[in-house]
Amino acid sequence: MTINTEFVAEGPKKNSALVWTVGVILCAIIWWLVYGQLIPFSESIVSLVPIERNSHLGEALVFFFYDTPKVMMLLTLIVFAMGVVRSFFSPEKTRALLSGKREGAGNVMSASLGILTPFCSCSAVPLFIGFVSAGVPLGVTFSFLIAAPMVNEVALILLFGLVGWQVAAVYLVFGLSIAIVAGWVIGRLHLEGWLQDWVRDIHSGASVPAAVVDEQLSLVDRYKLGIEAVREIFGRVWVWIILGIGMGAAIHGYVPEDLMASIMGADAWWSVPAAVVLGIPMYTNAAGVIPIVEALLGKGAALGTVLAFMMSVIALSLPEMIILRQVLTLKLIAVFIGVVGIGILAVGFLFNLIF
Amino acid sequence: MKQVKVYGPGCKRCETTEKMIKDVASRLGVDVEVDKVTDMAQIAKAGVMSTPGIAVDGKLVHAGGLPDETKLEAWLK
Repeated sequence: MTINTEFVAEGPKKNSALVWTVGVILCAIIWWLVYGQLIPFSESIVSLVPIERNSHLGEALVFFFYDTPKVMMLLTLIVFAMGVVRSFFSPEKTRALLSGKREGAGNVMSASLGILTPFCSCSAVPLFIGFVSAGVPLGVTFSFLIAAPMVNEVALILLFGLVGWQVAAVYLVFGLSIAIVAGWVIGRLHLEGWLQDWVRDIHSGASVPAAVVDEQLSLVDRYKLGIEAVREIFGRVWVWIILGIGMGAAIHGYVPEDLMASIMGADAWWSVPAAVVLGIPMYTNAAGVIPIVEALLGKGAALGTVLAFMMSVIALSLPEMIILRQVLTLKLIAVFIGVVGIGILAVGFLFNLIF
Repeated sequence: MKQVKVYGPGCKRCETTEKMIKDVASRLGVDVEVDKVTDMAQIAKAGVMSTPGIAVDGKLVHAGGLPDETKLEAWLK
């Protein structure tokens, strides 16, 4: 929140790029100073209430009062930065880069661009059609559609902040791999005939979509887009974050150490498929699921199982399937769920085996 | 009379965009007719890939995210 309010307070009317840049740097410094004080802050808040620090409730409260501001601050920083970075990318540019690309290299590029291109699941359908109608191969389009929601900055930053950079890196690499491989497999299957009829009509060039004028953005415009992104994401996810951290805090304080090890430990092989199946109907975004992930890991759940659960919750969500149903036939949706699900299972088993 | 179309499946940003257009238009004293297009096929055919998209008098001027107020004024004038 710091960045946001700071800008409102000292947002220069002249809109000069220099003043804005100095402002951004100042905010970053303030951010850094505040971030360093979070542990003493949460301890002192809990010490104010008459509760034993080492009790279950005390544990849960410290977790809650430390993690909530921490997550909010990390989120503000990264969403702002990504908002600025994303202003250099647009679905139109990405489409131009991808159209006519071969499968293989195209899948790799498309999954990577999925991270950088602004994407909201509410425009998944027009984006899908926009890609396919411009000659982006179906499999390459799927690589994008899988990577864009799954490997997003909110997921990565929460993993980094709450669980550690190693797990965040693992998630990045394997999330990308699933998007690349699953898209490639779907491309190999040649399922273009399984699109809904009206999508194929557009595909065959019946109507060529007009290109949106490419606007030139100034640096200040880009900063503003960053702030807009922070405002938008916070508006959407803050409830989920608090609910998620609340759940995480409860698990942290109350669930016995070994309980999770028996249910979600590496020895229980069935826990990985169970986690994937459980994740499909669950709809929350990365912000809600990661605090739970942290708490589960802390209680002895196996990394592979937890990752599988998280990927399934984010990448295979029922609401998104319902949106995509407008352009894909049920058969194609089934293939999509099957291929991505197998990828997630593989990652889950692999990690339980290695760690 | 300007014909303005807002393309979007009905997410919050699309509604905000519609309201912004009406506000700017009434401030400028421009007569506009704002149409909301929520049908996916129509949105896609217009070439909009990220919503909300805005078309003024049949010409697509904006796609993705909330429009800038000053640009909005320029489009409506």
